[in-house]
Amino acid sequence: MKLVTAIVRPERVDAVSAALERSGVNGLTVSQASGYGRQRGHTEVYRGAEYSSDLLPKVRLEVLVNEDALGAVMAAIEEGGRTGRFGDGKIWIIDVRDAVRVRTGERGASAIA
Amino acid sequence: MKFSVLAVGMAVDPQVLDPGSTAWMLTASALVLLMTPGLAFFYGGLVRMKSVLNIMMMSFGAMGVVAVVWALWGYGLAFGPDALGGFVGDPFTNFGLSGLTTSIGTKAAGLPDMIFVGFQATFAIITVALISGAVAERVRFGPWLLFAALWVTLVYAPIAHWVWGGGLFGPTGIIGSKISALDFAGGTVVHMNAGIAGLMLAVVLGKRLGFMKDPNIRPHNLPFVMLGAGLLWFGWFGFNAGSELAADATAALAWTNTLLATSAALLGWLLVERLRDGHATSLGAASGAVAGLVAVTPACGFIDPVGAILIGAIAGVVCALAVGLKFKIGLDDSLDVVAVHFVGGLWGTLALGFFALPSAKTEGGLFYGGGLAQFWPQILTALIVTAWSAAMTTLIGFAIHKSIGMRVSEADELSGIDVTEHAETAYELLMVGGSFHPGDPHARTDAAVAHAQTEGPAEAQTQAEGEAARGRVSS
Repeated sequence: MKLVTAIVRPERVDAVSAALERSGVNGLTVSQASGYGRQRGHTEVYRGAEYSSDLLPKVRLEVLVNEDALGAVMAAIEEGGRTGRFGDGKIWIIDVRDAVRVRTGERGASAIA
Repeated sequence: MKFSVLAVGMAVDPQVLDPGSTAWMLTASALVLLMTPGLAFFYGGLVRMKSVLNIMMMSFGAMGVVAVVWALWGYGLAFGPDALGGFVGDPFTNFGLSGLTTSIGTKAAGLPDMIFVGFQATFAIITVALISGAVAERVRFGPWLLFAALWVTLVYAPIAHWVWGGGLFGPTGIIGSKISALDFAGGTVVHMNAGIAGLMLAVVLGKRLGFMKDPNIRPHNLPFVMLGAGLLWFGWFGFNAGSELAADATAALAWTNTLLATSAALLGWLLVERLRDGHATSLGAASGAVAGLVAVTPACGFIDPVGAILIGAIAGVVCALAVGLKFKIGLDDSLDVVAVHFVGGLWGTLALGFFALPSAKTEGGLFYGGGLAQFWPQILTALIVTAWSAAMTTLIGFAIHKSIGMRVSEADELSGIDVTEHAETAYELLMVGGSFHPGDPHARTDAAVAHAQTEGPAEAQTQAEGEAARGRVSS
């Protein structure tokens, strides 16, 4: 079992989500995030005073997958999230020791299938 | 033919009710009152999310306190018979508005006195409310209400008496009998007065924690600011055209000049932003509109439409440039009351020296053949009003701040003045957690303490108490 976490542009979330659905994923957690990478932040001006913000709004996606689906999921996020410019985000993978489906009490691979 | 008495050239008994003018003034007064909730939105959008309710309450608090003070003694101080040599009006003659409930035409021909009282009350209210922007996000609510009562009594009412109540600057006043300044709707009484008062109060109270350092000190809701600016503009037609105190051609001139100066100022501010910062901003449009409204206030009934456009355009440019000054001197005039209201009001007042049309009241400004004869009275009046307001505001501010304290604690300022002063939050961003105890605010603390005790550790108890005191338990 793996936890795939991806940071993507807010305006690409729908495309990523659609690509994930095509790849057969049936569960997804989305949360708002802010941060910076090579894209850095942006500058706002209020009554002539400049405010530079290091942090840009991003969206964090989390998907629990079994090993067999891992490649397809990563490809789907890449495909949906890519614009080719700085700020497209990151994807990373963590090993997951166990999982429980709360409704049934199933554990392990069948809990996230 | 009931209205034939109004024909040109015929004398009209001022004690006879003028239905047209009365209807307009009833409407205009309601328009001016709407400016204060409008200002609450304008200011509300400019502060941080954690302070929006408090800054709006400073405006609503002024609506509460000032109207009551006005009825009891404020109106008398401003518009009662001369006392102390024209320094103030006599507050006792019409204390509690006694003797005015049915009279007509004492102050303005054909108008019931009560609508003159009401119209003027709305001016006093917004003048006090304007000050709040200079000291946003750090003033305790109770002391603010006390300040409002004292300030309208000791600063606003005397100045209103000098300029509009027949006092020092009136035709028979010590100063007014020698020189005659023009102020159609309150450039000095309202805007310069509120602007300089805001400046001095900001000096007395000091700057917000993190001023010029914390990037989060910036407007949190620009649509509120635009909404507020729109409401202010709408209400300002009552403010300016209503100041004619009649439904006539001068009121109509003031109305159109109020439109034109505001539009031109909006463009002027945006032009500065586009050239200097690269973008025309929504905040710039809203601020420019207000700057134009302020500048045209003293002038609107005395100038022609081209004059209004020029006064407005210059106001937009000048005020846009003035907002940066506070950073140079490190003064936290939080919402730019000085740059917009003092500077805009000063410009509009002085501009009459250039743009005033010749009339019974003036030989005209510099551009209309009157030389600089009107300019000097404008400057002198502006200086006297500024000096009195600055001195008395400082005095009142210090007296309150050194006695009962006017600022919230540092901890309260950091955690947010809405929760600590009003036990409310404007926005619920995290829709989870908490507990609810209908009807008994103390049950909250008791329950939290009991809950913490069952869990044992003293640390948990302290934390739960703190959370309960903030009115939410969340994790």
